Amino acid sequence: MRPPRIPLGSPFQLLLLACSFALAAYAGIRLLADDWFGVALWFVGAAVLHDLVLLPLYATLDRATVRGLGAVRRRDWAMYVRVPAALSGLLLLVWFPLISGRVEQRYPSATGLPEVGFLTRWLLITAVLFGGSALLLAVRLRRLRRATKQRPPAVH
Amino acid sequence: MRTAVRAGRQRFVIVYAPIPGQVRAYGRAMRDDPRDTRLPSSPGFWRSPLRGPWFTSVLGLVLLVGITVLFVTGLVSYAAYNPDLSPVNDKTPDKGILGFYLFAWPTNPHWLYRLNQGVHVTLGITLIPVLLAKLWSVVPRLFALPPARSLTHALERISLLLLVGGGLFEFVTGVLNVQLDYVFPGSFYPLHFYGAWVFFAAFVAHALLKMPIALRNLRQLREEKNDLVSPRPADPTVSRRGALWFVGGGSLLLFATTAGQSFDGPLRRTALLAPHGGREPGSGPNGFQINKTAAYAGIDAAETGADAWQLVVTGRTGTVRLSRSRLLELPLHSSALPIACVEGWSTSDQWWRGVRLRDLAALVGHDDPPDLFVESLQRRGAFRKAALRANQVADPRSLLALYVNGEELSPDHGYPARIIVPAAPGVLNTKWVARMTFGDL
Repeated sequence: MRPPRIPLGSPFQLLLLACSFALAAYAGIRLLADDWFGVALWFVGAAVLHDLVLLPLYATLDRATVRGLGAVRRRDWAMYVRVPAALSGLLLLVWFPLISGRVEQRYPSATGLPEVGFLTRWLLITAVLFGGSALLLAVRLRRLRRATKQRPPAVH
Repeated sequence: MRTAVRAGRQRFVIVYAPIPGQVRAYGRAMRDDPRDTRLPSSPGFWRSPLRGPWFTSVLGLVLLVGITVLFVTGLVSYAAYNPDLSPVNDKTPDKGILGFYLFAWPTNPHWLYRLNQGVHVTLGITLIPVLLAKLWSVVPRLFALPPARSLTHALERISLLLLVGGGLFEFVTGVLNVQLDYVFPGSFYPLHFYGAWVFFAAFVAHALLKMPIALRNLRQLREEKNDLVSPRPADPTVSRRGALWFVGGGSLLLFATTAGQSFDGPLRRTALLAPHGGREPGSGPNGFQINKTAAYAGIDAAETGADAWQLVVTGRTGTVRLSRSRLLELPLHSSALPIACVEGWSTSDQWWRGVRLRDLAALVGHDDPPDLFVESLQRRGAFRKAALRANQVADPRSLLALYVNGEELSPDHGYPARIIVPAAPGVLNTKWVARMTFGDL
């Protein structure tokens, strides 16, 4: 019995990928020249952490939020929770070194700027985001209630 | 079955109806059942009704344009350091052909580096939500089985590791570097430069393979089914357009809290979370943004005092030693130039006053300004020695500045004297200058 043949695929794509790998290898050798293990760890680790930790984490939190709201029959509120939470989380993710105070030693001595309390700023922005979202929800609920009241009984 | 026929023609279509013969041969017929939800490798595991070719294509095209701009501004920024001029400017001496495009960095327009770097960093930060959303939209494919349908497909998946790993590596090193959090394994310059080439190699291949499909997806009015569309979608809580607005809102928020660090005054105060946003380091003529303070650079006040400090200028006719008072006797000139940092922040034009670099060159026998090698009193840190090219030295706005905005330089801005050159990256505007050597490098 013959072993199963692996199909080759499009020759154009094969050539394109070969060129891509050649360039990546040329730069990659230089990228890995100093601390190959550390760099490889960061390179692969970034992809693994994102795909197998960060993404499942926020997807699970989101699903739990929607399910929790669904349990109290408020599924349509999902965006009012999701938007401020995601935006706040995004700011935390991007500015984590400043917000967490990881660089609070280096930052003032390098920039001459006082330790300005990025944590406080982030918390304030988060509060504004959630407050604004709550306000929008309240306005929408009021409008809905008024619309239901004004509707003639025949519609019911 | 129709999907299966299409799969032969359009490579991106992974089929969730079993292909006769092929899938059964792998014994995975059960996992391909859309009702199966146990494993991420089964399409039914992924429930979001948002995933689909349209959503992915829109995000992909935004990234195609955005990342191309990031790559080009990155290469331009690299050229701005004049790495081929002198080893002290070159943090990537083994770059080889990757420096093929290098050119003598111009001094016009004087805001060139400020604009380039502001765009590079601000756009990079703004694109983070788009990158995250794009990765989210295609994550089911990470787990798709069989792992490879052909040799090309196997190589493409390896290339995707370079694409995703490389993209995240570039964004993470950039975001950490602008926040002074130097935890990455090595010096920022080689990591970010070589990493960019690895990433871009995979990016170009991916763009060429996928762009025709993405454009076709956007042109089509009725959405095409593909493997990203969930076979058993959950009830939607938001429309696809709504989700796109959501991503755009994230970008807008990051842009709004970052872009201000490239401007002075009230605009800087809007950059609430950016490292050089919020406020100025002080008031008065010297109260503009600082890259590294005198204390951070290890400058000893005793070395910069009027009795101790002497500028050593060397050239064709020998060495001249100039105290600050001797320097002040030379013709003084003014120029309005910004400070623009590789980290993306910048100041508006400051009013510098000092001795023209080309006058100092003439003082040591160079009537035709040559290259210049500058050394600082700075004890530690990169770029305490820097090289400037002849065209930068010759520009009449290039100064050894002694005053700024009508007052003596403060210690943090380089007292007793600093270099200021139009359009040069901040770190090449050496502070606390101790020695200047004119001549071909």
